[in-house]
Amino acid sequence: MPTFEYAPAPESRAVVDLQSSYGLFINGEFVDGGGTSFKSISPATEEVLAEVSEATDADIDKAVAAARSAYTRVWSRMSGADRGKYLYRIARILQERAREFAVLETLDNGKPIKESRDVDVPIAAAHFFYHAGWADKLEYASLGTNPRPHGVVGQIIPWNFPLLMLAWKIAPALATGNTVVLKPAETTPLTALLFAEVCQQAELPPGVVNIVTGSGPTGQAIVDHPGIDKIAFTGSTGVGKMIARSIAGTRKKATLELGGKAANIVFDDAPIDQAVEGIVNGIFFNQGHVCCAGSRLLVQESIADEFDRRLKRRLGTLRVGDPLDKNTDVGAINSRAQLDRIVALTDVGEGEGAVRWDSGCALPTKGFWFRPTIFTGVSQTHRIAQEEIFGPVLSVLTFRTPQEAVAKANNTPYGLSAGIWTEKGSRILWMADQLKAGVVWANTFNQFDPTSPFGGYKESGYGREGGRHGLEAYVKTGA
Amino acid sequence: MARVDVKKTYKLYIGGKFPRSESGRSYEVYAAPSTTRRPRTEPPRFLANAAQGSRKDARDAVTAARAAQPGWAGATAYNRGQVLYRVAEVMESRRPQLVQEVRDAEGLSPAAAEAVVSQAIDRWVWYAGWSDKYVQILGGLNPVAGPYFNISASEPTGVVAVLAPQGSSLLGLVSVLAPIIVSGNAAVVVTSADRPLPAITLAECLATSDVPGGVVNIISGKASEIAPWLASHRDVNAIDLCGAADADGVDWAALEEASADNLKRVLRPAGEGAGAVEPDWSQTPDLSRLTAFLETKTVWHPKGR
Repeated sequence: MPTFEYAPAPESRAVVDLQSSYGLFINGEFVDGGGTSFKSISPATEEVLAEVSEATDADIDKAVAAARSAYTRVWSRMSGADRGKYLYRIARILQERAREFAVLETLDNGKPIKESRDVDVPIAAAHFFYHAGWADKLEYASLGTNPRPHGVVGQIIPWNFPLLMLAWKIAPALATGNTVVLKPAETTPLTALLFAEVCQQAELPPGVVNIVTGSGPTGQAIVDHPGIDKIAFTGSTGVGKMIARSIAGTRKKATLELGGKAANIVFDDAPIDQAVEGIVNGIFFNQGHVCCAGSRLLVQESIADEFDRRLKRRLGTLRVGDPLDKNTDVGAINSRAQLDRIVALTDVGEGEGAVRWDSGCALPTKGFWFRPTIFTGVSQTHRIAQEEIFGPVLSVLTFRTPQEAVAKANNTPYGLSAGIWTEKGSRILWMADQLKAGVVWANTFNQFDPTSPFGGYKESGYGREGGRHGLEAYVKTGA
Repeated sequence: MARVDVKKTYKLYIGGKFPRSESGRSYEVYAAPSTTRRPRTEPPRFLANAAQGSRKDARDAVTAARAAQPGWAGATAYNRGQVLYRVAEVMESRRPQLVQEVRDAEGLSPAAAEAVVSQAIDRWVWYAGWSDKYVQILGGLNPVAGPYFNISASEPTGVVAVLAPQGSSLLGLVSVLAPIIVSGNAAVVVTSADRPLPAITLAECLATSDVPGGVVNIISGKASEIAPWLASHRDVNAIDLCGAADADGVDWAALEEASADNLKRVLRPAGEGAGAVEPDWSQTPDLSRLTAFLETKTVWHPKGR
């Protein structure tokens, strides 16, 4: 059969109206930050998209004061039904402006437009819609007696799913009656700032949502601020531990969604083509910038060679390049720093003796890029089998028995997710019981839904986001 | 002539056995002054030499707990419920001994001690009954927007270190321990420093109740000495800091900070700000002490013909 080249199919940027600079969103309006400004660039082209303010300690003070005032005077006094109606409004506006958000997300983050359009933005809207309905039903949620908000919640989110993580954080916080000071990641602040406009359009009372941009010190200022009652953080395990130490001995609560090193386990009776698709989706979705990515493939020894062949053939067809192209499968690495980290860890992998293979595809000359890469001959002690790479790199290990697969899968400090591929139902259920992971995908991977609790065991953090369980983190109960 | 009675040696409880402390140390335990009678001038009454647990004892206990935990979690919920109910049966059969020890430990009147022991036994029964129910209450099917079967269920966190309450030597201890083990966790308990004897007698109840060795390990001694090693232990999944209230030399903030090294789940002591107070154990509990040591696991599977 002849193979046909793809013609370029770029999504238009015209829908996005970028300003040259953005302030902080405090008390319902954009204000200038006190710190120096920094640039947010497109990782696919290194083009400067906008200048953004670095929030200082004084700015954080203002944001927390605005959130506290909004909490005391407005949000905590409003009926759940009315809070819910604001969330419904937000969900609807996100749907109405979905294309704009998708294009901006892809510009700022580097992820393929098909993912921002079909995953990030629709699920973000769904999170608001789902939680809107909880706002007046909290006493039915089996959270304990007299569920009530903590007050002001500080939220710090990562760069891999900027708008979606914002939705995971803000929707349950607002539904339960808390007000919010949220910091987006320094490399991907733009959709959060566009979300601030959504809050204005929804006529959300000023101060209920405050968005402050900046880097690590800004996040630390939020964590340490005495006016913050609860922290919700998604990011690296290292920073998660710092936060846990920072709030030790206080009465601040925390939910931490941290790193992972998920095993995707393929048995010899699995439907091979389906499993190959699942493995590819598991690690190359969003350039592997996914905390629950299936970064370790555990394949049963008897099919390892055949699986390896099919996997590599499939990787050869992945289209890497312009994130705005609707046919692109793998986009740009989010930042120079992340690319450096991926390069460093893959060099270590080679140095430790694992066998490296990549698809050899052409890469754009500007921007940050990394070819989909597979390491075979990986052993348990290799750093690429233990440490989170957070890039499009798969480490392949083999096993003989289900017991061995479980032992290897659980042999990391992480415990966020796991995958099982087999046609045998009883084995799926046994494996699911044994795996120390907060989310187990059987014969599928990387599925997300607002009703489905997400979060990890062990050093992948604590607390859950989504579903009834996700509400628990945002309320206190009892007398 | 009065009979010379046979006195009990109070030892540690680790891995289902009753060893002395590996350190060879013991410390003197005295009866609390009566809370009901007028103060007397006579010296405190000597009760026993309790084993003084060490950091090595704590580590041995964690090893025993880790070894026992998967089997305990893997037992059926019905089985765990029966085993825990059996603990209550054995406590009931030792009621006079428990009452005397609680009287001595806490300086209570006979009637008050009877009431406390009754409540402790009843609380054990209450938690035992939860073994095959909380999973249904807390989990279930999630209606995801797609052709998937999606279900969330609770699992035990793993090995839990516990600082037992300093004041309430039996009721408080039962109120923190039962909700931890009912879900399949294993526990390493540091007893009240001044009131360790009811805890060791509870250990004897556990040892004769089909609770597998290692599921509960009890170390008498000083929390200030042992707790830092448990808080920083990499193979402990969670820590209950309840007993930091009124414990000499225990800084719960420092323990929580050390717990961050492997992101232990931390149940802070009750109270406001940096303070810590012991809860009123006579209050009916809710599920919060049970849910503090659970993980939620969510499993997805596609639907199709």
